[in-house]
Amino acid sequence: MAVKGFIKFIIKRAISIYIIVIIAAYLTVVIANMGGYLDTIIKGELYVSISMEIRNNPLYDGYSPEEIDKLVEERFQLEVKRLGYDTPFVIRSVVYLKNALTLDLGRAQFLSSDSGSRYVRNIILERLPQTVMLFTTATLINFVINIGIGLYLSRHYGSKLDKLFIALSPTSVIPGWFYGIFLIIIFASYLHILPYGGILSVPAPTEPIPRFLDMLRHMVLPLSSWIISNFFLGCYQNRTFFLIFSTEDYVEAARAKGVPPRQIERNYILRPALPPIITMLALTLINSWGGAIITESVFNWKGLGLLTRSAISIFDSPVLIGITIIYAYLLALTVLILDILYGIIDPRIKAKFD
Amino acid sequence: MGSSGGDYGLRGTLRELFSYKSGIFGLVFLLLLIFISIYAVVAIPYSEAIALWRGQEGVYLENPRNAQPSWITYFGNNLPKTIKIDSSVENAEGITKIVTQVPGSDIKLMKIKYSFEYNYDAFPSELNIFFSAEFNESAPLLKIYWKKPGNTTQIKLLDYILKSKNDKLYLSRNLKVSEELLQHTIDVLGTQPAIILPVEMSLFAAEDETMNSTTTAEPLKGIYEMTLEGTVFGEGSGVDGRLIVYGKIHGLAGTDHLRRDLTVAILWGTPIALAFGLTASLTISLLQLVLATVSGYYGGRVDSIIQRFTEIYMILPFLPILIMIAAFYKFNIWILLIVIIILSVFGGGVKSSRALVMQIKEYPYIEAAKAYGASSKRIIFLYIIPKILPPIVPGLIGSVPGYVFLEAALAFLGLGDPKLPTWGKVINDSFAEGALYKGLHYWVLEPALMLVLTAFAFSFLGFALDKIVNPKLKEV
Repeated sequence: MAVKGFIKFIIKRAISIYIIVIIAAYLTVVIANMGGYLDTIIKGELYVSISMEIRNNPLYDGYSPEEIDKLVEERFQLEVKRLGYDTPFVIRSVVYLKNALTLDLGRAQFLSSDSGSRYVRNIILERLPQTVMLFTTATLINFVINIGIGLYLSRHYGSKLDKLFIALSPTSVIPGWFYGIFLIIIFASYLHILPYGGILSVPAPTEPIPRFLDMLRHMVLPLSSWIISNFFLGCYQNRTFFLIFSTEDYVEAARAKGVPPRQIERNYILRPALPPIITMLALTLINSWGGAIITESVFNWKGLGLLTRSAISIFDSPVLIGITIIYAYLLALTVLILDILYGIIDPRIKAKFD
Repeated sequence: MGSSGGDYGLRGTLRELFSYKSGIFGLVFLLLLIFISIYAVVAIPYSEAIALWRGQEGVYLENPRNAQPSWITYFGNNLPKTIKIDSSVENAEGITKIVTQVPGSDIKLMKIKYSFEYNYDAFPSELNIFFSAEFNESAPLLKIYWKKPGNTTQIKLLDYILKSKNDKLYLSRNLKVSEELLQHTIDVLGTQPAIILPVEMSLFAAEDETMNSTTTAEPLKGIYEMTLEGTVFGEGSGVDGRLIVYGKIHGLAGTDHLRRDLTVAILWGTPIALAFGLTASLTISLLQLVLATVSGYYGGRVDSIIQRFTEIYMILPFLPILIMIAAFYKFNIWILLIVIIILSVFGGGVKSSRALVMQIKEYPYIEAAKAYGASSKRIIFLYIIPKILPPIVPGLIGSVPGYVFLEAALAFLGLGDPKLPTWGKVINDSFAEGALYKGLHYWVLEPALMLVLTAFAFSFLGFALDKIVNPKLKEV
């Protein structure tokens, strides 16, 4: 009975999440095409380029202006038809939506990958490793630091160090990219010991090990900027979080019973604190996937953030839709998996369906 | 914020705020920023600020490019100030002017001597002469000579015919002058120099083997003399020149690559940042609060619609969409503010406030209000919102920096307000001009430190308020 109820709950949840993904995807399609206004821009550019091409072509030198105008118009209409702009945007937006939802990402309008591919999938896949390498690493390092120091502080709560972390926690309002600017000034511009930005030196070392070390050298500053930005507040939040769990009545009871402190920490504090921690980690990991437009711009780190930025600046809507839809799917999937996971590990949820 | 208990009136809160270091810290910073804002708005009116910032080089022609702030000299850098000598001013210091009429003609010979003291450890950044002449048909012919301190010989720099009455002579960019000076350097050294000195360096360099390269050249200290010898034709004609030796320091904040005084941007950035951050934070927090209360109080279909909206908002990537809108439509900062508000209305705050509403909804006093027939509107706006308002005030204050940095981030990407000077735009300019590679740190640091100051003011204040308003935090 309990399992059946739970499965029903998950299916319901999956359907409602999928509807949300569809709506979010459609909104993205509309926004990335400026509600259809992008068509006007692209058609205008197309007309100008066709007209320039024909006017500059010596083949048509003998033609009268009227004939040339007619020729341009004909060629323009043909091109519009070829690109599919003759169907109204409302209809095309539904096609875009369908393609996006089936992950048929199609071709980019203007961008191409470094290897020359015009497929949105290839463009995204080419940038993904860089972003994952930097921001997923940063997220994981932050996670480990926060949990470790948070636990330590909650154990030594009220100490000088604890107070220092509390006092300095407002420094985290400054975003990572902004700390990045200061780090560049100090370590690149003033001390000249680390690179200003980029992923590899020019020319890049070809041997695998020096290449890897070179990449690490380029990662130091962007990585540190994210760690610094998160450091005090992240630790402070985790410390408070653990403290809340350690003041629960059952922990007091366990203490009174004489359960050793290590065991209390493991079984009575960490265990119930686990689900929210997992949620937090999963969501920040998914968020890190999208890269960080500003941080990547500051450090000229060629990941998905910079890809998003260049796609925006040249109105490449297929790429934008592609990035958003993958992000939406990953997020939706994570939320669903977490729901299932909680049903399994959290006895309170299990009890609901009994 | 006075409803959560006896001591928590405005005065009580303030008194308690002073018992926290972070509270004092935040308040002092905030007052400083408010003072700067008021000063900026009073001293430089809005339209004037835009005109100053948008004005092309004309407004700033006499400012040096990329000059450091003046106070940098207190740290032992003896950098040159800008020296201006104008021969059209009566009895100007350092000017001697001799005019002789050629007998039997209406031709005059003029000799204007500019002498000035140069006692700095660095070279000037540029040299220009701005002429103001009177003539009818034939333009004055000029010869320009330069004499370094301690030298008896004059270097002839240029023969020049004025092109207009208000001609400008950019000495540092003049090809003939640089050829002349290269020849002079070769005469001094006996060989071709390893690196050719630019005009403003060779004019001020000590005349020995150090002239061999830009890295070894040293400025010579003492009295310099520039002489303009002019032949002017016609009745009532004459020529005057304004010599400007551009320094490397300017004003309180220095200048940028367009000679603009950064003080304008630093000052005006303050009220813009405060207004932007506070409006965004206040509007978004209050709207979210109302939505959360409506959602939590009514429950049912209204609740589920609002909750679904927050979930859609969770999936939509906020920053890319904002950047898209900013890039496509090139809005000014205040319309962008509205866009940001719309994009954030259904944000995370709705979920957390809703949880609070769900608790309060069950309180006896709400029940009592329902019992005596209070309308839902009355209950929401007079009974529930005032109750959950105090706990969200610290968050409201604390989230101001987020929006200030958001504006800075957009400006950093080149998507800021097209007219107004903001801190983010200064940072964007400095990055675009490679300030970090050129060592022009002040250009990045000044707006960056203002941003940090603003961020700390609000976040420390919010942090202290949080401890006062949500005393539960005090225990842990």
